[in-house]
Amino acid sequence: MLKDQDRIFQNLYNDLGSDVTSSQKRGDWINTKELITKGRDWIINEIKDSQLRGRGGAGFPTGLKWSFAPKELGSRPHYLVINGDESEPGTCKDRDILRFEPHKLIEGCLITSYAVQAHVCYIYIRGEYFIDGQKLQAAIDEAYEKKLIGKNAAGTGWDLDIYIHYGAGAYICGEETALLESLEGKKGQPRLKPPFPALIGLYGCPTIINNVETIAVVPTILRRGGKWFASLGREKNTGTKIFCISGNVNNPCNVEEEMNIPLKELIEVHAGGVIGGWDNLQAVIPGGSSMPLIPKEKCETLTMDFDSLVAEKSGLGTAGVVVINKDQDIIKCMARIARFYKHESCGQCTPCREGSGWMWRMLERMAKGEASKDEVDMLGDVTKQIEGHTICAFGEGSSWPVQGLLRHFKDEIKKRNGFDPIVKENKNIPYLVDQHLLDKNA
Amino acid sequence: MSLRRPAKEQPEKFEFNSSSLNEVKKVIAKYPEGKQQSAVMSLLYIAQKQNHNWIPLSAMKYIAKLLDMPYIKVYEVATFYSMYNLSPVGKYFVQVCTTTPCMIRGANKIVEACKEKISENESELSSDKSCSWMEVECLGACVNAPMIQINDDYYEDLDKEKTLKILDKILNDEKPKPGSYRGRVSNEPENNRKTLIGLKNA
Repeated sequence: MLKDQDRIFQNLYNDLGSDVTSSQKRGDWINTKELITKGRDWIINEIKDSQLRGRGGAGFPTGLKWSFAPKELGSRPHYLVINGDESEPGTCKDRDILRFEPHKLIEGCLITSYAVQAHVCYIYIRGEYFIDGQKLQAAIDEAYEKKLIGKNAAGTGWDLDIYIHYGAGAYICGEETALLESLEGKKGQPRLKPPFPALIGLYGCPTIINNVETIAVVPTILRRGGKWFASLGREKNTGTKIFCISGNVNNPCNVEEEMNIPLKELIEVHAGGVIGGWDNLQAVIPGGSSMPLIPKEKCETLTMDFDSLVAEKSGLGTAGVVVINKDQDIIKCMARIARFYKHESCGQCTPCREGSGWMWRMLERMAKGEASKDEVDMLGDVTKQIEGHTICAFGEGSSWPVQGLLRHFKDEIKKRNGFDPIVKENKNIPYLVDQHLLDKNA
Repeated sequence: MSLRRPAKEQPEKFEFNSSSLNEVKKVIAKYPEGKQQSAVMSLLYIAQKQNHNWIPLSAMKYIAKLLDMPYIKVYEVATFYSMYNLSPVGKYFVQVCTTTPCMIRGANKIVEACKEKISENESELSSDKSCSWMEVECLGACVNAPMIQINDDYYEDLDKEKTLKILDKILNDEKPKPGSYRGRVSNEPENNRKTLIGLKNA
């Protein structure tokens, strides 16, 4: 288990208070000026040495992302945008940072803004976290008052303004270009890439977008050194990570742990075990709803980091671990996730808009045992038609969980759905109906 | 996608009152000059707050004029995002999370409680017109599942009994205490904390 002094978020459980004075007591803001005077290249190199990978789901190396920002400030200003649109089912880590460790985030914003030469930083928070956003706003006001941000922030000579922008309940706005669209006051539909936001982003200006957790760990990495961070976890999967363990466990919780921790340790030690005992475990979704589930046999030895989960054809994503025990109907669980994606598709690309509804309706029928034998393979086809055929990664996010279900629980589905194909039975199944007609709000 | 339609009965006129206008000024100042369109989402929130928790079409037209942008663009935004209510909802607007992490911890029982206390169907006003409820997608408090949101506040770690008590309160026009209903202040593992022990009760 990670030693307590190596945990970055000392106030994860709000034992110490989140105001500026108590944050300073545990080390925030103590030598920000010193860090910044070491210069841009030092900061970016230190982050590269730490091998920090983005905590928002894709795991892109943070130092590399920052180095994409233009070196010279041109006629267009640079922007820093923080992605706090945490909506992935199973994930609730950013919320705890916003309400309990806001000064880590604000200090991270200042250092990052300096490194990428931005004078304005927008923090995009999902609309539902209004109360937590207010707590962050109070912390920002405190920081302005203490002259830690604003003109000549923290005595560094760098000017920085931080603003909060609330979303309004659209999961897709967690995608970086959809987030920019939303920030510009449009509906949140992702943009085609390239051009990447680092060159053409918010208002057509160079923009760096990072997750809340990524930015909040930056000051600690710089203080304790990239080498320290890289010594935790394993090669290319370094440092600590907040894991959210939810679902059928005795003590659902958030916990900061070392990367590469065994999944079994997370569940048994921190979350108090599976309800009904380890043998009652059915499957685990390791990284938020868009990552394929992992069946029990593999959970015994699985370690939690980006690369080892990719080897299992899943992913670490946002590290929202959803534990599903044998009391649950796994097909129903996945059908509900498919309904989530059907609801949240932005409607821009046809394969995703229509396909997500197809997957939901097919899975609902499969859960009830109303599907025919050949439909199981047809469902696999539908997922393949969506994956890779959309502008953003939502297509993958919606089809991977279904593929995971088919990979590991195909027998279960086939056992329940033993009909002959419809042509033989002439069963009236509304395949080609416009999904809006089936929408219960219609 | 989900289908969202504006209400059939619409008020003819909408204007911001003076306190709303003050807020509007502050919001527009956040964005660079000429990019005031960015403020549209916040302005829709302000309109929603002023107009008893829903946004009439006249408010969209008014905001479009105020921000110097086409009406259709405001309409697009208001219909795209699910947190803008396009038809009247109760003074206490209950949102029940039923996505998988909440579902497997018994969110259906919470839905039952809402059906018993508020109304048989979702998005339907209660008999005294003060409350309405609806099922929503993940609200991002998965380790506190199952949970509901009433207006801005989260009510976490619920079961059917606790939900019934909360609903009784709002039906009596009292605001229940937000937060966890198993007494958690944070997302720590109850009675099983293995980390940051030295800081506990510090």
